[in-house]
Amino acid sequence: MDTFTAIFLTVVSASTPLLIAALGELVVEKSGVLNLGVEGMMIIGAACGFAAAITFDSLIMGFIGGMVGGAILSYFFAVLVLNFATNQVATGLALTMLGLGVSGLIGEPFAGVTIQSSPMEFLSFVGEIPVIGPILLGMDPIAYIGFALLIGVAWFLNSSRAGLILRAVGDSPTSAHTLGYDVLRVRLYAILFGGACAGLAGAYLSIIYTPFWAREMTAGRGWIALALVVFASWLPFRLLVGAYLFGAVTILQFHAQGAQIAIPQQFMASMPYLATVAVLVIISASRNRAKANTPASLGRVFVPDR
Amino acid sequence: MRIDLEARGRPSVLMIWLSPVIAIVITLFVGGIMFSFMGLEPLNALYVYFVQPLTNAYQLQELVVKATPLILIGVGLSVCFLSNNWNIGAEGQFVMGGIAGSWVALTFHGMEGFWILPLMMIAGALGGLLWALLPAFFKARFNANEILTSLMLTYVALQILDYLVRGPLRDPDGFNFPESKLFSPSATMPLLTDGGRMHLGAVFAVISAIAIAILLWRTIKGFEVKVSGEAPRAARFAGFSEKGMVYFSLLLSGALAGLAGISEVAGPIGQLLPVISPGYGFTAIIVAFLGRLNPIGVIFAGLLLALTYIGGENAQILLQVPGDATGVFQGILLFFILACDTLIKYRVKITGFGGKPVAEGES
Amino acid sequence: MTRYVKYIAAAFLAIMLGAATAAEDPTRVAFVYVGPISDHGWTYQHDQGRLAVEAALGDDVVTTFVENVSEGPDAERVIRQLAATGQDVIFTTSFGFMNPTVKVSEQFPDVTFGHATGYKRTDNLTTFSSRFYEGRYVLGQIAGRMSESGIVGYVASFPIPEVVRGINAFMLGMQSINPDAQIKVVWVSSWFDPGKEGDAAKAMIDQGADVITQHTDSPAPLRVAEERGVYAFGQASDMIAYAPNAQLTAIIDDWSGYYVSQIEAVRAGTWESSDIWGGFNTGMVAMAPYTNMPDDVAAMAQATVDKISSGELHPFQGPLYNQEGELVVAEGETLDDGTLAGMNWYVKGIEDTLPSSN
Repeated sequence: MDTFTAIFLTVVSASTPLLIAALGELVVEKSGVLNLGVEGMMIIGAACGFAAAITFDSLIMGFIGGMVGGAILSYFFAVLVLNFATNQVATGLALTMLGLGVSGLIGEPFAGVTIQSSPMEFLSFVGEIPVIGPILLGMDPIAYIGFALLIGVAWFLNSSRAGLILRAVGDSPTSAHTLGYDVLRVRLYAILFGGACAGLAGAYLSIIYTPFWAREMTAGRGWIALALVVFASWLPFRLLVGAYLFGAVTILQFHAQGAQIAIPQQFMASMPYLATVAVLVIISASRNRAKANTPASLGRVFVPDR
Repeated sequence: MRIDLEARGRPSVLMIWLSPVIAIVITLFVGGIMFSFMGLEPLNALYVYFVQPLTNAYQLQELVVKATPLILIGVGLSVCFLSNNWNIGAEGQFVMGGIAGSWVALTFHGMEGFWILPLMMIAGALGGLLWALLPAFFKARFNANEILTSLMLTYVALQILDYLVRGPLRDPDGFNFPESKLFSPSATMPLLTDGGRMHLGAVFAVISAIAIAILLWRTIKGFEVKVSGEAPRAARFAGFSEKGMVYFSLLLSGALAGLAGISEVAGPIGQLLPVISPGYGFTAIIVAFLGRLNPIGVIFAGLLLALTYIGGENAQILLQVPGDATGVFQGILLFFILACDTLIKYRVKITGFGGKPVAEGES
Repeated sequence: MTRYVKYIAAAFLAIMLGAATAAEDPTRVAFVYVGPISDHGWTYQHDQGRLAVEAALGDDVVTTFVENVSEGPDAERVIRQLAATGQDVIFTTSFGFMNPTVKVSEQFPDVTFGHATGYKRTDNLTTFSSRFYEGRYVLGQIAGRMSESGIVGYVASFPIPEVVRGINAFMLGMQSINPDAQIKVVWVSSWFDPGKEGDAAKAMIDQGADVITQHTDSPAPLRVAEERGVYAFGQASDMIAYAPNAQLTAIIDDWSGYYVSQIEAVRAGTWESSDIWGGFNTGMVAMAPYTNMPDDVAAMAQATVDKISSGELHPFQGPLYNQEGELVVAEGETLDDGTLAGMNWYVKGIEDTLPSSN
C-alpha cells in the first residue's frame, strides 16, 4: 500500500463516523427538531455496540446493537419533545448527560477487551483496479454504508414523497398538520433515525476505529457532527465535503507535525467551529437558495390542536 | 397509548409549585430502583446521596461553593430564555470571563491593593460579555441562529483557554506544567467563613438573583423581556426593539457567566488551569429550567443540582457507587422535570388504549 | 437494683475493652483517581497497588477510592471529604491534584497524604514518582535494534518535563544502538483520546515509522501497530492482550511495593514525608515480558535493565549534548535529579521543536 492510499484510508476512517452521525442529525433537523444530544447517543452507541459485539461475538450484532442503543436513547428524547412538548435544547443536553452516564455503566464490564476485525475478503477483486482499487479495498464496510446512507438520505429528501412531507413538517408544521399529516409521527421517525445513525457512528468508533471501549471515547465528535450539519447548510452532499474536510484536517495536522510544520494544535481544533459560525452567518445573511435549505421551524415546539 | 396535550387557558398555579416536587419524587423513586439493581439498600443510598450532605456544616458550605457558578449563570440565562433568546454558550462565556479576569490577576501579580480584585471582576464580566456579543451581533445583524453560534463559540473559547494556559499565561517557574501562577492574596476571593471555601461569589450570586428578580417583576425592562418572549408580535406593536432585546439578554447573561468564571478561578481554583469548569455553563441551562426561569427559583435549583454532585461523591466514597451514576441521576432528574413542566401549560390526556391508531411505541 | 447496675456496668466495660483491643484499628486508606479504574493504564495500575495493599495487610487495612475526579475545585472537596470522614492515609494520583492536596494536608495534620508526580511537600504530605525514563531508555535500545527504517513514531501528550525526559531517554537509548535513528514526535494534547492517539500513530507509520511508542494512556496506538504490522510498546501496564503480535515489551508502573511499605510505615509509626523517585532498583518501574523479538535483543534489554538497576549505567550520562549541539554533561558525569525534574530541552538528534516553549 503506498503512502497516499494509506493516508487517504486514515482520512476515510476519521470522517466516516462524523458523516454518519451528521446525516442522522440532518434528517432530524430537516423535520424541524434540534437534537443537541448527538454526543450522548453516539457514546451510548459505542458502549452498546461494543457490548453486543463481544457478547454475541459478532461485528454485525455490534453495529446493530449500537443502532438500537442510539435509537432507544433518542426515543426518550422523542417522547419528551414531541408528546410532552418540552424545550428541545434542554432535553437534548439532558440526553447527552444521561448518555454519558449510562454508557459508563454499560461499558464498565467490557473495559480491557479488544476486538480483532478482519478485512473484507469478498471485495478482493476491486484491488486490481489501478489507483482507487487499493482505496476501495481498504475501506471498511461501514465507510461504504456511510456513502450509501448519504445517497439514500439525499434521494429521500429531494426526490421521495415521504421526504417532501418531512421537509414540509420541518418548515411549517402547522400547514402540514392542516393538510392532514401526522407531524409528531414524522418527527418521531426522524428522531429515531437520527438516534440509530449516531449509535452506528459510535459503534464504529468502539468496534472498528480504536477498537476497544473507553469512557468518554467519543471525545466531542458528536458536537462536531452537529456543527457539520450547519456547516453543510443542511445539504447532504456538502455534508460529505464537510466531514471529509474535517477528517483530513485532523489527520494531516499529525502529518504536518511529523514533518516539523508547527501549527498551534488549538487553532486546528477550533477550525470546524469557526468555519461553522462563518457559514451560518453567511447563509443567514443571504436571501438566496442556501437560506431556503434551513428548516424554518428548527427547534420550535409544535403541539397539534384538535 | 396516545398522549395528547390540551393547552390550558392560563398556566396552572398549582402545577407551577407542584411540578418540580412531582419530578423530584419520581426521580427519587427511579433512582431507588437503580440503586437496588446495583445491589444497594435503596433508602440508605438515597440518604447518602440527598440527605447526608445536608447534615454537616462543611458540606453545606461546599453545596454553596458548587451552586455559586450555577446560580450566577442560571440567573442570566433565565432572562435570555424568557425573552426567547437561546444562549447555549454560557460555558464559553464563563471561560472567557475566567481568562480575562486571570489576565488582570497575572498582570498585577505580586502587587497588593484593594483595587485588584474589583478590577478582575470587571474584566471577567467584560470577557463574558464580549464573548456573548458575537452571537448577539450575528443574530441581530444577520439573523444567525444563536443556539448554534453560541454553542460553537464555546468550543473555540475552550481552545483559547488551553492555548493560553500552555503558552503565554503559563507559570514560568512551573516546570512547563500547564497552569498559571497561583494568584496572590490580593487577587483571591475573600472567604466568608473560617476553614470553609465559601467565597464572595456566593454573595454575587444572591445579589444578582435578587437584582434580576426586581428587574423582571418590577421594571418596564422586565415587562419587555417577558412580552418579547411570550408574544413577540405584541412586543413589536408596543415599540420594543427586538434587536435591542437580543443584545440586552445575551450581553447580560454573558456578563454574569463571565463573572461566575472569574469568581470560580479566583475562588476555589486559585489559578488558571487548562480546564476551569466541569460543564457549569451547560448544567446551568438545566438549573435555569429547573428554577422555572425564576431568579429565586434558580437559587434553589442551583443548590439542588449541587447536591446531586456532592451526593454523588459521597455515594462513591461510602458506597462505592460508580461515578457515572451521578450523570445518570442528573439526566433522569432533568427529564422528569422537563416532562412535569408540561403540566403547567397543558393538560395531559392519555387516550387510545387499543382502538385508536398507535402514535408511537411500535419501533 | 444495684446488682443490675453493676452487671450492666461490667458488661459495658467489657464491650469497651473489647472495642479497645479491636482498636488495633484497621488503617483506613483512600485513593483519589483522575480516571476510571477500568482505563487499563495509569489509574488501573494505581488501583492494582490498592488491591496489593489489601492483599498484603488483610484485616489491618480498609481501602476505598474515588474515581474520575476532575482536577480543580472538585478534587479539593473530595480529598477533604475523605480526610474528614476518618481516612488515615490518602493517596492522590494525578499531578493536577497537587495544590488541593497541599491545602487539605495543612488542614488535617493528623492525616497522612501521598501525592504522585508532584513537587510540593509538607510534614504530612509525601511525594512519589517513578523513573520511567529508565524504562524508556531500554525501549529506545530495543527500538534501535528492531527498527529497519530507523524511524520511530512517538505519540506524546503534553510537553511537561516528564514527557520530554522520556523522549530524551528513548532517543539516547536508541542512539546507543543506531546513531542515525530518527524520532518523529506528534503531540496529541491529551492523556487519553483513543481516536486521536490512533490517528497520530497511523500518520507516523505512513511517514515511515516502523516502531511506535507513546506517552499517552490508551492502548489505541498499539492497536494501530498491530493492524499495520509494525512494533509498539505498552504504556503503564502490560497491554499484550491488545497487540499480541506488535507489543515488544511495556513499561509497567508497579506501585504495589511503595503503597504497602508506606502503609506499614504509618502503622509502625515510622512514616515521614519524603520525596521518593524510584527506578528499576525499587521495583517501581518494571518491564513486561519481552515478546516478538529475537533472543539476543531480549538479552540486551535485560542486561541494560540490570546495569541501570545496579547504577552502572545512567541513561543521562556524559558526554551529553543538547539539540543545539552544546555539551550539557561532561564525560564521566551524569545529569542531576534537579535538572531531570525540570527538563524542558531536547537532546541532540531530536528534530522536533518543543511546542510553546517560550
